[in-house]
Amino acid sequence: MTVHRPRDMALLDRAALRDAAVGAVRKLDPRALVRNPVMFVTALVALAASGLTARGGEHFGAMVQISAWLWFTVLFANFAEAIAEGRGKAQAASLRRTKTDTTAKRVAAPDAAAFETVAAADLRTGDFVVCEAGDVIPGDGDVVAGIATVDESAITGESAAVIRESGGDRSAVTGGTRVVSDRIVVRISVDPGESFLDRMISLVEGAKRQKTPNEIALTILLVGMTLIFLFVVGSLPVFASWSGTAIPVVFLFALFVTLIPTTIGGLLSAIGIAGMDRLVKFNVIAKSGRAVEAAGDIDVLLLDKTGTITLGARQASEFLPLPMVNERDLAEAAFLSSLADDTPEGKSIVALARGRFGLAEPDQADMRFVAFTAQTRMSGVDFGGASIRKGAVDAILGLLGGGRGSRELANLVERVAKTGGTPLVVAKDGRALGVVHLKDIVKPGIRERFATLRSMGIKTVMITGDNPLTAAAIAAEAGVDDFLAEATPEAKLELIREYQQGGRLVAMCGDGSNDAPALAQADVGVAMNTGTQAAREAGNMVDLESDPTKLIEIVMIGKQLLMSRGALTTFSIANDIAKYFAIIPALFLASYPELQALNLMGLASPQSAVLSAIIFNALIIVALIPLALKGVRYRPAAADVLLKRNLLIYGVGGLVAPFAGIKLIDMAVAALGLA
Amino acid sequence: MDAYGILQILLYLALIVAITPLSGGYMARLFEGRLRFLAWVERPIYRLCGTAPEREQHWAAYALSLLAFNVLGMVALYALQRVQGILPANPAGMAAVPPDLAFNTAVSFVTNTNWQAYGGETTLSYLTQMAGMTVQNFVSAATGIAVAAALIRGFARKSAKTVGNFAVDLTRVVLYLLLPACVAGALVLVWLGVPQNLGGYTEATTLEGARQLIAQGPVASQMMIKHLGTNGGGFFNANAAHPFENPSATVNLIHMVAIFAIGAGLTNTFGRMVGDRRQGWAILAAMGVLFVAGVAAIWWADAAGNPALASLGVDQSLSPWHAGGNMEGKEVRFGVAVSALFAAITTAASCGAVIAMHDSLMPLAGMVPLVNILLGEVVVGGVGAGLYGMLVFVLIAVFIAGLMVGRTPEYLGKKIEAKEIKLAVIAILVFPVGILGLGAVGLAFGAAAIPASGPHGLTEILYAYASATGNNGSAFAGFGANTPLHNTLLAVAMLLGRFAVIVPTLAIAGSLAAKKTVPPSSGTFPTHGRMFVALLVAVVVVVGGLTFFPVLALGPVVEHLALAAGTLY
Repeated sequence: MTVHRPRDMALLDRAALRDAAVGAVRKLDPRALVRNPVMFVTALVALAASGLTARGGEHFGAMVQISAWLWFTVLFANFAEAIAEGRGKAQAASLRRTKTDTTAKRVAAPDAAAFETVAAADLRTGDFVVCEAGDVIPGDGDVVAGIATVDESAITGESAAVIRESGGDRSAVTGGTRVVSDRIVVRISVDPGESFLDRMISLVEGAKRQKTPNEIALTILLVGMTLIFLFVVGSLPVFASWSGTAIPVVFLFALFVTLIPTTIGGLLSAIGIAGMDRLVKFNVIAKSGRAVEAAGDIDVLLLDKTGTITLGARQASEFLPLPMVNERDLAEAAFLSSLADDTPEGKSIVALARGRFGLAEPDQADMRFVAFTAQTRMSGVDFGGASIRKGAVDAILGLLGGGRGSRELANLVERVAKTGGTPLVVAKDGRALGVVHLKDIVKPGIRERFATLRSMGIKTVMITGDNPLTAAAIAAEAGVDDFLAEATPEAKLELIREYQQGGRLVAMCGDGSNDAPALAQADVGVAMNTGTQAAREAGNMVDLESDPTKLIEIVMIGKQLLMSRGALTTFSIANDIAKYFAIIPALFLASYPELQALNLMGLASPQSAVLSAIIFNALIIVALIPLALKGVRYRPAAADVLLKRNLLIYGVGGLVAPFAGIKLIDMAVAALGLA
Repeated sequence: MDAYGILQILLYLALIVAITPLSGGYMARLFEGRLRFLAWVERPIYRLCGTAPEREQHWAAYALSLLAFNVLGMVALYALQRVQGILPANPAGMAAVPPDLAFNTAVSFVTNTNWQAYGGETTLSYLTQMAGMTVQNFVSAATGIAVAAALIRGFARKSAKTVGNFAVDLTRVVLYLLLPACVAGALVLVWLGVPQNLGGYTEATTLEGARQLIAQGPVASQMMIKHLGTNGGGFFNANAAHPFENPSATVNLIHMVAIFAIGAGLTNTFGRMVGDRRQGWAILAAMGVLFVAGVAAIWWADAAGNPALASLGVDQSLSPWHAGGNMEGKEVRFGVAVSALFAAITTAASCGAVIAMHDSLMPLAGMVPLVNILLGEVVVGGVGAGLYGMLVFVLIAVFIAGLMVGRTPEYLGKKIEAKEIKLAVIAILVFPVGILGLGAVGLAFGAAAIPASGPHGLTEILYAYASATGNNGSAFAGFGANTPLHNTLLAVAMLLGRFAVIVPTLAIAGSLAAKKTVPPSSGTFPTHGRMFVALLVAVVVVVGGLTFFPVLALGPVVEHLALAAGTLY
């Protein structure tokens, strides 16, 4: 099975750049700009500066250039947003193609034979539709009758078709996918426009993007800083007049725009869109940005044991014969009884016996196999008068005439159970031979992943239906922090509530219908795409690849999102210091020649100093677009280590970089004779 | 800079660090209602006010009670000044205070600013001083402490609806903390030579045969609360530079320790009540870093002396015949080092008492007290106000730090969200609005009040508006503030600086109290280490620095550069 993840687009694709450039101009629409207060203010200032410049005046050359760069500042910010959106649009376009012109065969009831053909867009919640081989499933829903193989590659990128059947945990189908074989009846569960596909499209396009809580808080802080600088710059002419200095208004505009946090203001929405985009690249669909952000805050992670922590099936790991029984005899009995057993457990017994004793395939002609049933809980074989059975401890003991069996057998069973294994008793002709140790195999590398989570401050809890003894052993082997044994859906829900009462944020993943309440209760619920429609509705993210360990990546993306915002805010504010040292001496040099001492960068002239600062301020937005799109690098580490590193790079870096940048631009400006 | 000066400063720092856990522990018990030995005095007071002491208030109700109480105090104080001429206890026969000055003064004392546009001994009667000024010295200090108590409760409580009861907090702070400390302290001051009487002014004949009127009065009682409550309003116009207010080095030390005793102690109270004393020490450490840097800067800039005098051949170096450095505007008894220490303390703590004229400090030395105020009066700060002001900065620091470690920011287990940031931003905006906004209006329409020309004049008016907005009350003397325009604008600045910070602070307290507490994990940024202290200092300096860099460059910085180049204004 191959998985096609959306192709990682080149950061600077020529066509994408051209589209983004057009988008940048189109986003000058005030109704779009007003969503971003810092950029809206910048645009207003640019407009006012252009108006003043049009009237002409003393510093006409400088005024024209400053006005132009003020507009560029706005355009560059729009450009960043357009590029981020463009990356999503390409994906949305391919999704939309599967949406057009689908028709549906609507039936009155699941068992009705006659259908009417209607447009998929006319389907409403509760309608039943029939889908046969070759049909495209017209909308999201649950299979209510039949079984079919479905090609979901349009949504998941997974080329192998999957089974969808009524009842059970594989009943959800997605609109836009195609039935490959057989016939199913689907009960539509969403109205048009709200389907999974619609959500994915609007999500990757960033069209209905809502600001996340932390983004709102940050925007408030940025607006606050803008207001502070409004007072700083607004009062400056009065304080300057005391020394008889008259500052050209356009210079004040330039000072204002360089001081307000345009860098983070310009890149804020690009960071958010790019974060969702990164998630889509991991084939995870988040239903809201809020959920992605919450993922970064997760304290506790609940994971199902089977399929997540351990391989789906248990493996036979050793044969434990009773005293007076040859190990080879036990192995052979187990081998023979498992020949027709198609379960992974049975296959693993055959493989182990072959590997240990080189047993050859016997002639199966006169063998009569007894299949496993949920009632008998044993399987076996009868041949040549002999009867071999293997199965759960109490089932075999019952077969042997009740009672508790010999003390030796009990010892073996307990030994296996204590290590987290499952004991299978093998009996031949009414006599127990010994025990096969079926072991849960912990996935390779999972221990390291949990260690990573621990270093991120996330506690892992294993959920299992096993008894506490087995659960404890596996938990220890896998390195999880805690476990919930003999878990029922109610116990799961209760556990989540308990953690949340303690103020912790809980993430979990699940697929079955009985997981739905817990998925809904969890702060971050990741539903597997293979799961039921109920689970997919309840969770706030869907993993298209149905890989539960992916929560780690989701958490990291959530953290990256916040870190990128924090780092660029710090950078933006730290930049202001250098800008002051460029502009303040420039503005007052005429009245106070002494202020030349503050011209640390040795900028050529007052005009060139102001111009260099505003050019730097605009260009830094473009320079940081790649960082905004890729996100600040996150390596799991303790919070203080992360903070120290980011403060050093973005705080100290933000302090130093503009000194060098403005100086270089000043040299260029002076060399070109622009000021 | 000499060893004697360094020793005095170290002694002072040691005393503060020693007192912090004592006063902090006492106040923690007070705020938690565990001190009840004066319950027999409390009960009749509550009955008189009709307060149910066990009923706690929602933050909004708390804020309303606080505002109502302060408006009432303001009206009473205004009325008292306007009719003092016909009231008793007025041996010097002071007339009614003019309306604009009375308004300014009423606001000034209610807001714990104690900006004095008047000279105490030439304007106010004894009755006004005692029933008006001294009462407000107590209750305005208690108001600030009550707000701090409410905010601390906000951090300490989980899923709570209330933040305390204002009437109870106010009464208890006055009864258990301010009154006992001031009665004891005042007696010590009297013993050490500070006058305390109600007699008329004494007429004396000087050695030259001139006649001098020696002002006196109930000085000691006002001294103790003026410093302990960081009010700063002197009994005499010369404030603590007057020998009756500050007769000896011992009294001076008592004054200085009293100014920081409650403010520093509150950091410890905070730590105790949120269940982790290290949190309190971290905040005090951040304040300490800023404070020591300030003292060192003033001392360094002043000890170097005046280059203009040096160019005339005057030897200003430390010697048996010279205290060393710039001695203009200083009490010769105290010298440069202690004057630097006192100037840093009084501006850091929003007190405003002075023993040296800040106007006469060297330009860079004079910039430090100004910067102390501009940073938001959070370096220890006014009683209560310093702690809640600093906690507002903590929220901003934690917010940025939280984002940078990839988690929704949290402090002491409380998530810091849009609501808290909005309120914190409102509180921080008060400084640019009051100082730059109102200052610019004052300069545009009232420039005549500034006698000094050049950058020094700009510093003077800037200092006045900073002092008012920061509720400091000290003055860069020289600025003629007593005009209707400046009296009114400064009063508005004082009101803004006080209540436009208190109301959002109480709202933050209410919002935090209602939140659940998230237990810390290794993904949580620890807020008690050096890293956090450095970050907090950086945020305070950067926010203050970015806001006031241009005006500071035009004022003290230019003056300093010009002076070094030989230009005098």
